[in-house]
Amino acid sequence: MEAPREVVVKSRLAVSSLPRARVRPEAKATPPPGGWPWVGHFLTAGLPGRVRQPGGRAAWQSLRMDPFEDTLRRLREAFHTGRTRSAEFRAAQLRGLGRFLQENKQLLHDALAQDLHKSAFESELSEVAISQGEITLALRNLRAWMKDERVPKNLATQLDSTFIRKEPFGLVLIIAPWNYPLNLTLVPLVGALAAGNCVVLKPSEISKSIEKVLAEVLPRYLDESCFAVVLGGPQETGQLLEHRFDYIFFTGSPRVGRIVMTAAAKHLTPVTLELGGKNPCYVDDNCDPQTVANRVAWFRYFNAGQTCVAPDYVLCSPEMQERLLPALQSTITRFYGDNPQSSPNLGRIINQKQFQRLRALLGCGHVAIGGQSDESDRYIAPTVLVDVQETEPVMQEEIFGPILPILNVRSVDEAIEFINRREKPLALYAFSNSSQVVKRVLTQTSSGGFCGNDGFMHMTLASLPFGGVGASGMGRYHGKFSFDTFSHHRACLLRRPGMEKLNALRYPPHSPRRLRVLLVAMEARGCSCTLL
Amino acid sequence: MKDEPGSTNLFTKLDSVFIRKEPFGLVLIIAPWNYPVNLVLVPLVGALAAGNCVVLKPSEISQGTEKVLAEVLPQYLDQSCFAVVLGGPQETGQLLEHKFDYIFFTGSPRVGRIVMTAAAKHLTPVTLELGGKNPCYVDDNCDPQTVANRVAWFRYFNAGQTCVAPDYVLCSPEMQERLLPALQSTITRFYGDDPQSSPNLGRIINQKQFQRLRALLGCGRVAIGGQSDESDRYIAPTVLVDVQETEPVMQEEIFGPILPILNVWSVDEAIEFINRREKPLALYAFSNSSQVVNQMLERTSSGGFAGNDGFLYVSLLSVPLGGVGHSGMGRYHGKFTFDTFSHHRTCMFAPSGLEKLKEIRYPPYADWNQQLLRWGMGSKSCTLL
Repeated sequence: MEAPREVVVKSRLAVSSLPRARVRPEAKATPPPGGWPWVGHFLTAGLPGRVRQPGGRAAWQSLRMDPFEDTLRRLREAFHTGRTRSAEFRAAQLRGLGRFLQENKQLLHDALAQDLHKSAFESELSEVAISQGEITLALRNLRAWMKDERVPKNLATQLDSTFIRKEPFGLVLIIAPWNYPLNLTLVPLVGALAAGNCVVLKPSEISKSIEKVLAEVLPRYLDESCFAVVLGGPQETGQLLEHRFDYIFFTGSPRVGRIVMTAAAKHLTPVTLELGGKNPCYVDDNCDPQTVANRVAWFRYFNAGQTCVAPDYVLCSPEMQERLLPALQSTITRFYGDNPQSSPNLGRIINQKQFQRLRALLGCGHVAIGGQSDESDRYIAPTVLVDVQETEPVMQEEIFGPILPILNVRSVDEAIEFINRREKPLALYAFSNSSQVVKRVLTQTSSGGFCGNDGFMHMTLASLPFGGVGASGMGRYHGKFSFDTFSHHRACLLRRPGMEKLNALRYPPHSPRRLRVLLVAMEARGCSCTLL
Repeated sequence: MKDEPGSTNLFTKLDSVFIRKEPFGLVLIIAPWNYPVNLVLVPLVGALAAGNCVVLKPSEISQGTEKVLAEVLPQYLDQSCFAVVLGGPQETGQLLEHKFDYIFFTGSPRVGRIVMTAAAKHLTPVTLELGGKNPCYVDDNCDPQTVANRVAWFRYFNAGQTCVAPDYVLCSPEMQERLLPALQSTITRFYGDDPQSSPNLGRIINQKQFQRLRALLGCGRVAIGGQSDESDRYIAPTVLVDVQETEPVMQEEIFGPILPILNVWSVDEAIEFINRREKPLALYAFSNSSQVVNQMLERTSSGGFAGNDGFLYVSLLSVPLGGVGHSGMGRYHGKFTFDTFSHHRTCMFAPSGLEKLKEIRYPPYADWNQQLLRWGMGSKSCTLL
């Protein structure tokens, strides 16, 4: 990459009539060894080292490359040309995404296996097929979603045209996590593109193999004037967030969610935050332990537990625990064999840092099932912990691993009280043969989503919104909800220029009689409206 | 309040799926001074209808209404679930350090940033109803008197202190020539020869706003009005011409009975002018040609849009009111308010038995598992399972 002729300090308004600040000629830098770190090369070249410059520290700081400035400006300019507005353009992007999946399936499967030891089954089911399903749904419904929504009128506006128009926000940023690195990148992307936005994608640097495919292969399938992948770690992401976007979609931890929202607040940028939490799983005495064990275990150990909606901990009575443990053992053996480490169907922990964190959690309570780990393989056995105290680390943070603690409660009420003392989770589960018990748990708690007698099936239906509440997030998506998330709903009223006599009622000087007539005219089909 | 049913795919046919609306919990509503009853009560209706407990912080600037809201309103509500808190910027800052489950704010973009930053600490979702400079494009092809009537009514209503009022006019010099006498005629018709004595013209809320507006009277050249009276906080319905984009009257939301006219030579120039600036809360275009109106609509963005009229659409409860970009985020009115103050919780009830049907998803896997699952998912083209 050749060195830039001049370095431009980022401007806060990307499309602006303000002159762009220019660096003094004497402060121009010579490139450090290895060249300027352009977008995409942070992983190898690293950030620029300190270079002595005339003009001192201030000049150096203004020279420190803002690697995103050009990319963002380019995308904004493309948006302003109106290129992304037509249904044809958007459909072409979506079809490009579809081809990306079809033509690179093996590459993607390999990358997912490398990053997370995902089996072909899991990769297909939870990554490729989900993404493909969203693309298909969007293509099928694009024009319907884009259509203006007609709205009812009142008497005063009978002759007018009133509707809600969906418009793209403009430049959208999607920050994706590492646990379902394809799904959680592509599904929001489908919505953003369908809604007509230009998109900057920041995939997770932690799921390195998928990151590489997204950075190198995906852009070829999309119009690159309207789409860019940017790479980097927390520091680069922080830099990126200093820029102004028209929408930010973030999936990740609550801690980073706060950082993203705070950065967004500076620019009054709306956000969707898909966060996490500790998803409680209440198991009633009145249920079949084996059925419950099957269902809970499948959702807990899928992707080695690295799922934001997985059941995080179980609440049940000591008696139920007695029946559940052998059932869980039986299930685990059935699913993963006597030596789970050799099962092709069990994932691995994403990296050393997460592995160490999880291994430390194995010391909480005591191990009833599993508990083995292997650092060289980043393997943690499907584990169940019992005799766990609420104050122990395993109950203080989202587990995000194949460890399931069981805590005892003596009644549904106690379980509900326990749950409500804590932050609202992303998902909540209740298992019982009694629909009354299930309904009670639903009614007396709050969470992003809820499922009675199963795991996170609810989030697999594109007709239902997926999102958190409280510390587990804000906003929602999937299917049409993604399209709506990335669209501004603009209220429009088109009146006729003539017929001014009809308007005369509202003009001063006023009289009580006129006011009465006006109020009647504003009555909409029997329901009263606000005053003109 | 009713649960909304959702549609299932083949694998979830036996399940009951629906969206349940739940209150967030403790909601904070911060209201402004310009429509101090409306902009308090309308959000409050939604918050209460959605089942929340509400803390109301009315504006300390509209003191008369603040008093009524603090002393009389609580008597009509269950006070275990509702409270009014009073104070200025410092107290509001203190209030915002606390955790709320939702914050609904109406006010300026500057304070909107402060509110959203405070909300971010607690991951509290927000609706921000902010403001901006709402452009009003007047095409050559229109009837000046009709336009003058409509623009003037919406501009001078509440002495211009309306977030969706037309803030400035863009038109050609020729149109301006025709518009000025029409505006004068309208103003005289509405408010008489001495607007200060008309019962139908409002006053500026306080000295600070009055002084700010009086300073703006010095921009460009006064074509109509321009009088002011400090003792009465009165500013005459005013039209300014020969205004430069760099002058103060074009740098901030006017929020008063002053209407600057700037000249453009085409629709394209008007659109370019508008798009160089922050997205406004409202955008207006007047033309006999529906093509021109549609062009304005299609090539710009704003919270709301009206062709050939002012903010009439705000009176329609079926239409959401909200901003975009610096003019805000979120929307309300009617059902949209209820939805704003509700968490939409996706719920599913699966049968506790019928385990055999679920077996297909469990490991260890054979090829047929995968194929059958894909087929089941493909039905009704949904995402996984």
